[in-house]
Amino acid sequence: MKRKTAYMGLFLALALICGYVEMLIPIPLGIPGVKLGLTNIVVLIMLYSIGVKEAFAISVLRILLSGFLFGNAFSILYSLSGGILSFAVMLLLKKSGRLGCISVSTAGGIFHNIGQLGMAVLIVGNTAVLYYCPVLLVSGALTGLLIGVLAQEIILRIGDRIRF
Amino acid sequence: MHKRLQKNDVLFLSATALLLAAVLAAMLLFRGKSGKQVVITVDREVFGTYPLSQDNVVRIDTGTSVNELTIENGTAKMTEADCPDKLCMHQKAISRERETIVCLPNKIVVTVTGGGDSSLDAIVN
Ligand SMILES: [Zn+2]
Repeated sequence: MKRKTAYMGLFLALALICGYVEMLIPIPLGIPGVKLGLTNIVVLIMLYSIGVKEAFAISVLRILLSGFLFGNAFSILYSLSGGILSFAVMLLLKKSGRLGCISVSTAGGIFHNIGQLGMAVLIVGNTAVLYYCPVLLVSGALTGLLIGVLAQEIILRIGDRIRF
Repeated sequence: MHKRLQKNDVLFLSATALLLAAVLAAMLLFRGKSGKQVVITVDREVFGTYPLSQDNVVRIDTGTSVNELTIENGTAKMTEADCPDKLCMHQKAISRERETIVCLPNKIVVTVTGGGDSSLDAIVN
């Protein structure tokens, strides 16, 4: 139990740092919401080596904490919709047992941006925002692919050493 | 996870790439004509409509926030904003129909509408 608490704290800190580093690397596409999705590395590692509940908890806690630290109510809503939709899709695909980490992460990246865009439409009450949809889908896929490759390498190397 | 990329993954990723390429191609193909005006909405309500043909600096004072939209040479750009993320100011200048600038924190959306046919305009002029 003590070991588990320590691990959860460690992963939460790691996710927070990833989120912070990501804020320091702006992607100059001139489009709101384009991010690297670094925190998804932590979520993927947890999903594959620890468990669904733990991965979900870290992903939500990370969003709430960085929202309180660096953001506001809207940025929390916005991140949560992307984070939860992405998590649900990744979980479904992983559970299907037919696709590997890279595909799971790519789909997660795409649906992360779909979730955020959906929330953006709700917040501003204007579907004109959907103009950004094509570029957000592509950037979500590319960043998701990259993160999936990285996460898979980490999982293959140290995944079996992470045990509660 | 012995093999890094299984056959299913290759299929899935190729299909995704094709689909996204089609989406991008469609976007470029159906790109709007150059527009006539910008419509500014604040929190679901129309704030105002401004012609792109006339250079202008629009102060979008919502009561709780202030943004500034600059219309210059037929394009519009957010040049000032008191939102925390300033993402709206980094979005590129817009001039074609449906192109949009959004300031999420201040709930401001600026969209180009009313495309005049540019080739027809050229003939008339
Ligand atoms: Zn803004």
